[in-house]
Amino acid sequence: MILRLAPWFFGLLALFAWEGAVRGLDVPAYIVPAPSSVFQAFVADPLGLAVSLASTLTVTFAALLVAAILGASMAIGMATSRFAQAAIQPWAVALQVTPLPAIAPLIIIWVGDPFTSLVVCATIVAFFPLFANTATGLASPPPELADLFQLYGAGRFRTLTLLRLPAAVPYFLSGLRISGGLALVGAVVAELVAGSGGFASGLAYRILEASYRLEMPRMFAALVLLALAGIAINYGLGAFGDWVTRRRGNA
Amino acid sequence: MLTIATVGRRFPSGTEALRDASLRLQTGDFVALLGPSGCGKSTLLRLIAGLDQPDSGTITWDAGHKPQPGEIGYVFQDATLLPWATTEENVFLPLRLRGLTRTQAQRDIAAVLARVGLTGFESARPQQLSGGMRMRVSIARALVTKPKLLLMDEPFAALDEFTRHKLQADLLALWRDLGCTVVFVTHSIYEAAFLARRIVLMTPRPGRIAREIQSSLAPSPETRLDPAYATLVADISKAMEAALA
Repeated sequence: MILRLAPWFFGLLALFAWEGAVRGLDVPAYIVPAPSSVFQAFVADPLGLAVSLASTLTVTFAALLVAAILGASMAIGMATSRFAQAAIQPWAVALQVTPLPAIAPLIIIWVGDPFTSLVVCATIVAFFPLFANTATGLASPPPELADLFQLYGAGRFRTLTLLRLPAAVPYFLSGLRISGGLALVGAVVAELVAGSGGFASGLAYRILEASYRLEMPRMFAALVLLALAGIAINYGLGAFGDWVTRRRGNA
Repeated sequence: MLTIATVGRRFPSGTEALRDASLRLQTGDFVALLGPSGCGKSTLLRLIAGLDQPDSGTITWDAGHKPQPGEIGYVFQDATLLPWATTEENVFLPLRLRGLTRTQAQRDIAAVLARVGLTGFESARPQQLSGGMRMRVSIARALVTKPKLLLMDEPFAALDEFTRHKLQADLLALWRDLGCTVVFVTHSIYEAAFLARRIVLMTPRPGRIAREIQSSLAPSPETRLDPAYATLVADISKAMEAALA
């Protein structure tokens, strides 16, 4: 119990120390705002920030969905054909190692539509863990089980549906959890790159806007919202994974 | 039942796993393939199952029979169950792969689970079961298709001695009741002597069959206390030492 409360206690202590230091040392708000003024900045325009958060989250979840579908289906394609594996794998790795900020401007120009281009950017970041984890999961059953399926005359399709796919589910779920956080990062990076030329409504845009205007408390409020959203996505997807695992009974 | 004639198998890595192995399996046999690691006993088992093909020699079933899926049961050293499936679902798997529905299979599943002493554990998942119980599920899965030939690859090697003794005794009873043919790979002289009617000694590098010893012990749990059992163990040990020298 005390261990559970420890992070909250520590966080609260840090907030008080921060507040005290800013007040005591008379630090100007445009360098470091006190927690209380960050809170005030949020209360001053909760709706605006919430709408921005919703916009960023829409991009995040759309990207996560696309990445999950693409990643899982490409991993399945690879598992069923060695040719597909040889053809796909190097490109998936190439996509993974290319830094998003470097290609985001290109994508934004090519795609045109701001929402779609943000989703494409975030998908690129979120794709790899889902793809790699699913591929690992599909290959995870021990060779003896594959032998057993062969012995009973099961073809590739039945081995896939009855053995490889169920075995890949936990791997896919942990990939989903990793990619959830990455999709948020991808969405924010893409928004930052797009700047005012983009969708102009996400949280990252609020951060840029606030920094141009030296509205540090508002910038911090947006940052806190982003951090909370990241934590919520991580725990939410973790809980979703646990729920699915429990329902299948192999907790 | 089938004849193995001068069978050889060399892996792509260059290892000669098996050379010139010849063996005849009679219906109702209980054959132990006994030998140290690397003597090709698992390779021979896989060849019999048709999971691997020999590079030389032939494996022919009597009367030109081609084994159908389900006629051969296979039990591995690990229970190799589907971790997400219940006992019942795991045992259902071979029948499911043959196109049966759960309703059609229900009687066979219940019967085989009762036979291996797993009644009451139908909806348990593998990780809720002990190592010995998991192996029972694995044996039930191999038996549910009523195979003619049961191949077992060191199935009890990872179990503790008490569980192993119990399962060995149960396996003997199963073999007596079901009348199926068993080929049992082991590296334990005691296990081979207790279980098998025919003990085939194998030596490594390259894997080959050295000789065969017949057992006339009664297939019953009391055999362990029989002085003739100790004599057989000593005979096998001597023969194995001579073969390895």
